[in-house]
Amino acid sequence: MSLADVIRRRRAREFVLGLLFLLPSLTIFAVFFFYSVYRLVYLGLHQQNRYGTAERYVGFSQYADVLTGEEFRDGLRISATYVLYTVPIGLVLGVLLAVAANRQLRGIKFFQTVFASTVATSVAVASVVFFVLVNPQVGYFGDVRFISLSHTDSALRGVALSSIWQNLGLTFIIVLAGLQAIPDEVNEAATLDGYGPVRRFFRVTLPLISPTLLFLAVVLVVFAFQAFAQIDILTGGGPAGATETLVYKIFHHQQPLEQGTGAVMAIGLFAVTLLVTMVQFKLLERRVHYGF
Amino acid sequence: MRLAAPGVRPARFKTALWYVVLTSLSIVILFPVYMTIVRALSTPAAYFREGQPLYPVGIQWDIFQRAFTEGDLGRKLLLSLLVTLIIVTSQLVTSVAAAYAFTFLDFSGRRFLFFVFIATLMLPLEVTLIPNVDTIRSLGWLNSVQGLVAPFLATAFGTFLIRQGFMGIPRELRDAAQLDGFGHFAFLRRVAVPVTRPVIASFAVIAFLAAWNQYLWPRAVVTEGRWETIQIGLKSLAAARVEESNIGLAAAIIAALPVLLLLIFLQKQLIRGLTAGAVKG
Repeated sequence: MSLADVIRRRRAREFVLGLLFLLPSLTIFAVFFFYSVYRLVYLGLHQQNRYGTAERYVGFSQYADVLTGEEFRDGLRISATYVLYTVPIGLVLGVLLAVAANRQLRGIKFFQTVFASTVATSVAVASVVFFVLVNPQVGYFGDVRFISLSHTDSALRGVALSSIWQNLGLTFIIVLAGLQAIPDEVNEAATLDGYGPVRRFFRVTLPLISPTLLFLAVVLVVFAFQAFAQIDILTGGGPAGATETLVYKIFHHQQPLEQGTGAVMAIGLFAVTLLVTMVQFKLLERRVHYGF
Repeated sequence: MRLAAPGVRPARFKTALWYVVLTSLSIVILFPVYMTIVRALSTPAAYFREGQPLYPVGIQWDIFQRAFTEGDLGRKLLLSLLVTLIIVTSQLVTSVAAAYAFTFLDFSGRRFLFFVFIATLMLPLEVTLIPNVDTIRSLGWLNSVQGLVAPFLATAFGTFLIRQGFMGIPRELRDAAQLDGFGHFAFLRRVAVPVTRPVIASFAVIAFLAAWNQYLWPRAVVTEGRWETIQIGLKSLAAARVEESNIGLAAAIIAALPVLLLLIFLQKQLIRGLTAGAVKG
């Protein structure tokens, strides 16, 4: 047997083995990702009757109608507002907590565990916890107008509060890991150069953890765009639809009659998240400092 | 002179100041949890009569038991645990297998299939929700364990993470194993998996966290109260009448406990998993 034969047989064997190893994952992906994408596009091109027993082709007009329609625009606006309410403040608080807890002190482990503790909560748990605080009838801060869940102009802020709190743990953990990856010599050198703590933070620390912050920003934006449980539990989309984010709307478009609209909104959501993530990377890429 | 030792006093003062800062921040972060415990323990009517104080009123220590009897928490917890364990186990098996294929097997189409895996990462569940629920419905899997776990039996994220670990295995180790007559299965079981155990453990912890905390999917494929997982059960419990609102709060505390234990006992794995990809080095 020549060497070429051996190699060929080995490759054939590895091909079979490779497919065998990939098959379980590929089966799941085929059903729940690729078939779903096909179905999304298909549903978007059709309109069904109330019972889902008949459908007719409506073409891309449904895409045009939905994506330029008021409902999609409202959902997108509310989702974007939710990003604005949760992401910047979440990042700032995460950095604040991490900087405060990144020092040699007796008992610092205890404080670090407390700061990280909100990762133990799910969105649902955090929502119930904030139900106690911001619910208009029984909430401890129920009558604080700025975060009142019973007014259209403030309800989303009340909901956002629970997300900010729930994300604190994750943000803290990731920023702290970023800070701890900075070699001591870098800080020592900056101090020797006469940098005070504030200047050192803005000129040295912040640039060095910028890749971590970029990663976090992307994660938090995606979280915010996917917000569902907190709205489902705290407001049910109200008052008067003021907290109906895009995902909340998609969830409530599952009846056959509305599936076409829901499918187009889902594709819109996909496009928007992808776009935002790409823009974020492009914009921040130039300002981010990679490596040491 | 009052400031006799200028070098010492400011340092000690600074330390004290940091403790004040850290303690204040801790209080702010823990306040929502504290209020949840106060509310859960209080008798609702008595608590409101007192004007919502910062301490519990008419303490009912049996509230956690009542969450089980009146809120049917036992079944919800068991269902969540079962669903989570199935998902985590399946994700470990499928991800390890796929990662192995992508790292150690050489076959045509590998690059394309890798791209196929990457593509799934760009499709969050929120986007594919409507067709996926349709699929589950047409399989007759609404309100069932199969329905709750099916889309999550495989994950590209886990595959990438474990592949990252596999790629760290030195070439020499592989060659040595091959010389010893290890086939692929033996190498996978006796070398690759044991060597990357830290990575696999971190992934398992993260997978547990994600599966346990799931909300949107169970909410979409469960229509009967009996099939509610603990997370979506919280919604119905929290929305109950004010007189029973403390049951929902006790349930929320219980729902957070497993992950809290994870945070305390598997902190290293949890943190490594959460920071995977975020921090270089």
